[in-house]
Amino acid sequence: MLDDKITSETFWEGVWENNPVFVMLLGMCPVLAVTNSTINALAMGLATLFVLLSSSLLVSLIRNWIPKQTRIAIYIIIIATFVTVVDYVIQAISLDLYNALGAFIQLIVANCMILGRAEAYASKVPPVKSLVNALGMGVGFTIALLCLGSVREILGSGTLLGFDLFGEHYQQWVVMILPPGGFFVLGGWLLLFEWLRQRKEQEES
Amino acid sequence: MARKPPRIELHTAPHAVAAQNVVVIMRNVVYALLPLLGYAVWLFGLSAFMLILVVLLSTLGTERFFNWMGKQGSTLDDWSAVITALLLALTLPPGFPLWMGVIAGITSIALGKALFGGLGFNLLNPALVGRAFVQAAFPVAITTWTPPFIVTRFTEFIPSTFTLPLMQPIDISQWLATSGIDAFTGATPLALQKFQSIATPVESLFMGSTAGSVGETSAILILLCGSYLAVRKMMNWRIPLYIFFGVVATSALLQLIDDTNPDPLFMLLSGGVMLGAVFMATDMVGSPITPRGIMIYGVLIGFLTVIIRIYGGLSEGVMYAILLGNAATPLIEMVTQPRIFGARKAPAKGGTDD
Amino acid sequence: MTETTVEKPSSLRMIISLTLVSILSGIAVVSVYLYTKPIIDENKRRAIEAAVLKVIPDAAGYQPFLLEDNTLKPATDSKTKGLLFYAGYDQHKQLVGLAAPANAQGYADKVYIIYGYRFDCECITGVKVIKHAETPGLGDKVITDQSFVANFDALDAKVNVEGSALQNRIITVKHGAKTNPWEIDAISGATITSRAIGKALDIGAGQLLPQVLKFRDQLEAQ
Repeated sequence: MLDDKITSETFWEGVWENNPVFVMLLGMCPVLAVTNSTINALAMGLATLFVLLSSSLLVSLIRNWIPKQTRIAIYIIIIATFVTVVDYVIQAISLDLYNALGAFIQLIVANCMILGRAEAYASKVPPVKSLVNALGMGVGFTIALLCLGSVREILGSGTLLGFDLFGEHYQQWVVMILPPGGFFVLGGWLLLFEWLRQRKEQEES
Repeated sequence: MARKPPRIELHTAPHAVAAQNVVVIMRNVVYALLPLLGYAVWLFGLSAFMLILVVLLSTLGTERFFNWMGKQGSTLDDWSAVITALLLALTLPPGFPLWMGVIAGITSIALGKALFGGLGFNLLNPALVGRAFVQAAFPVAITTWTPPFIVTRFTEFIPSTFTLPLMQPIDISQWLATSGIDAFTGATPLALQKFQSIATPVESLFMGSTAGSVGETSAILILLCGSYLAVRKMMNWRIPLYIFFGVVATSALLQLIDDTNPDPLFMLLSGGVMLGAVFMATDMVGSPITPRGIMIYGVLIGFLTVIIRIYGGLSEGVMYAILLGNAATPLIEMVTQPRIFGARKAPAKGGTDD
Repeated sequence: MTETTVEKPSSLRMIISLTLVSILSGIAVVSVYLYTKPIIDENKRRAIEAAVLKVIPDAAGYQPFLLEDNTLKPATDSKTKGLLFYAGYDQHKQLVGLAAPANAQGYADKVYIIYGYRFDCECITGVKVIKHAETPGLGDKVITDQSFVANFDALDAKVNVEGSALQNRIITVKHGAKTNPWEIDAISGATITSRAIGKALDIGAGQLLPQVLKFRDQLEAQ
């Protein structure tokens, strides 16, 4: 079912066709929790991208070597290792960023998208293909986080990446920074993408 | 256009009374709300009128937009969107910026009704969904009150009414000072009670000459309008009664425990209990229909209202109490299914969640 | 279904694979930890330094101390119980004030602050919020609202004559109702967070200051 040929689809699958957030609805916990500002969303997206890339590569490299029975445990160890590395690195880069992202860095371990990719894809294809696919997935995830983060920051704080957009009298929509705002904005984006998809299908048929 | 087919209505006996359909009931609810709207404009002037108008337009516009998106005919003529708009406007503060009123109107229909599939499918009261959204989004604007009977209320607007879209409401403290309002603290009777322990006389609460949302202030008028609907059997009067009972019983109990808590009569007459109990909790879609269910629903709302008021961070709790009551309705109906006549045991629970 | 003869790997192979992966993972984590630890510690130290120097305006340097069982000792990295505070010194190595961490329950979670105290005016000279989980746009006004921050330009924190407690407990009052120098004027709309900061100061300073004053000579000699 999965051949070893790398096509453009290998990459674009994760960005559009099977976008982890907007299509597969995976990894909802960080998607909703840390997208209250663009910079948090970007940091989270990049951290996840890094973990996804490294774990996919490693899993793919050792895919013929690990016994079937212990594979899940080994995937988890590999993912957890990279997450811990990211955790330390972010702490070293910026404490403020680390405090803003809170426990969600550690929770990348539990992001089902990463384990799902390792189990369903990386363990079945050669390293380069797995890497390309992981890159697409990670980019798709980061774009989705940015979609949410930018809308929530613009409405909730009147800023984008910290730049003031509307002047000092802007009325902030407090709800957008709070957890309900995450659900509202996610729902809005899902609606938009589903609508686009349906229109495309109608045009094709 | 094809000619309309003749209307044939089929009913089981008795045939003595004409069936009341949804449209007739909805239209009568609007009639019952008209005195409240008139009184609100009398109390708060042009700004209240403008707010009601803008909320009405945005709500109807949103309803029409979703009709268009869903490729269905207009549902404006069933009056339900009008009721949503009027109720929503009545729960907002008089000087609420109009652009926020538009947001509230759009959310109430979009989030509260259209997403669930339109009239009859909405789990929650749409007007309250709209209000809950703006409460969460603009917590300061929605708790900025102006006093009633400002002398110039028919000649000028409250400045914050015409705030530019997306901008913070214009500060009205200066304007209040020049309008001859002395010592107005900008607090509703509930907030005065909760944060400063200042009691408001019962007569003012009855007549509505206090600060508050556009249409929640006069208890007596709301009761009169509600009675009209109750007499015409267009509203289940048991729901408000059970809510009143829940409020009085809970606050009496809490006052017994700690006598610094406000007394039951104050709890009953202040804030949005009257408006909420009579016009919102009785929403036919969101309330249960079984007799025991109605009892549980009403008392639950009354209980939650008092608990939120006394122990919550906000001074008012009716809105969240009713929303929670709405949300609990399917569950309440499930556990209070009446026994089928002649059956030995109650039918298996669950499965009938229509 | 076609795989009727799945070869069951020996337990030994499973154990070896798991052990190997775990060891490699351990090595990777430890080496990253060793590499980043000095940077992280430096970051934390700089964050504390920035906070301490901000809340004691005239300070140029500081020394961490621990108060434990009525004795004063320099704070070291090792974990010891006791009250931690930072004594601030100006350019001429003269003791000007101190800074100490405090916390209290806010709306969502505990609010962690560092406050500064000056010996000459016997008042609190600044508060910096280190960590909080308050509602954005409401609770976090305690950081951004200038009129609230101005509460801590000189918040009275005199210790009573007996040296056992604060002369006047620090209290948070409703917005616009501040009449005494030891009161904090709350932000309307963020009363709970304002109160949390007041409470943190009241408890933190009330506990620390009476004790510290006994060691003032010792601190000045440092």
